[in-house]
Amino acid sequence: MPVNPDLVGRAFPPTAPYLVGREKVREFARAVFATDPQHTDPAAAQVLGYPDVVAPPTFAMVIQDLTLQQLLAEPDSGIALERTIHAEQRFRYTRPIVAGDELTAQLSISGVRAVGKGAMVTSEAEIVDAAGSHVVTATSVLLIGGEE
Amino acid sequence: MQVGDVVAERTVHLTREALVRYAGASGDFNPIHYRDDVAARVGLPGVLAHGMLTMGLAVETIVPWLGDAGRIVEYGVRFTRPVVVDAEDGAEVTVVAKVGAVDDDTARIDLTVAHGDTTVLGKAQVRVRR
Repeated sequence: MPVNPDLVGRAFPPTAPYLVGREKVREFARAVFATDPQHTDPAAAQVLGYPDVVAPPTFAMVIQDLTLQQLLAEPDSGIALERTIHAEQRFRYTRPIVAGDELTAQLSISGVRAVGKGAMVTSEAEIVDAAGSHVVTATSVLLIGGEE
Repeated sequence: MQVGDVVAERTVHLTREALVRYAGASGDFNPIHYRDDVAARVGLPGVLAHGMLTMGLAVETIVPWLGDAGRIVEYGVRFTRPVVVDAEDGAEVTVVAKVGAVDDDTARIDLTVAHGDTTVLGKAQVRVRR
């Protein structure tokens, strides 16, 4: 089954709220070799004006991944994980993610373009906080290989 | 801030332990990032670092220089070449961050991210508030 071009414009429900924990931020910071104290020490983050530790910039992927799971779960998507290559990634921030944030993400597919036997799929996750204010938009370009 | 200035650089030594740690922290448990047999079966040259790990450690190189990660307004990369992480020797990833462009409100920081002589991220650019 090829990638379904009708994914563009399909409405997806927002993901369940994700509560960003301080220890999760510390764990993620250690994993990406983030040594700056704003990621691990609440006092250092407060000096910068944040209520708690600041997540490293690519932490938004943890939230975006919930939307990619939604996409893979669509029965008619034509997207198979084992034929998927992550080609590009981009984040556009209004503010950084901070421990204590309760975040939801809304998936949209902005493009499906045929490439050889496969397709290039551009997926966007708009991530907002509990007040509905924009935090970050995460955009992935996935290259889906064609079936043999 | 002048175009061409190197604002930060570092070398990170990746090991298999680092890949397992990132898998746990991120939730990305694709076995090509920790199992040699699976990597070989799908035709890869070896166990690979997660692209998002490389992207994540690259931008962290500039955070101490920025002082506040909240100055980052946009960050994008292309994943152009894999980083093969040897079971015994691991892999070195070098990051050099240079000012690429400056305007009134923002600057573009260009990251050169390499494994040996190979550049592994394309167009790795961070737009920051000045």
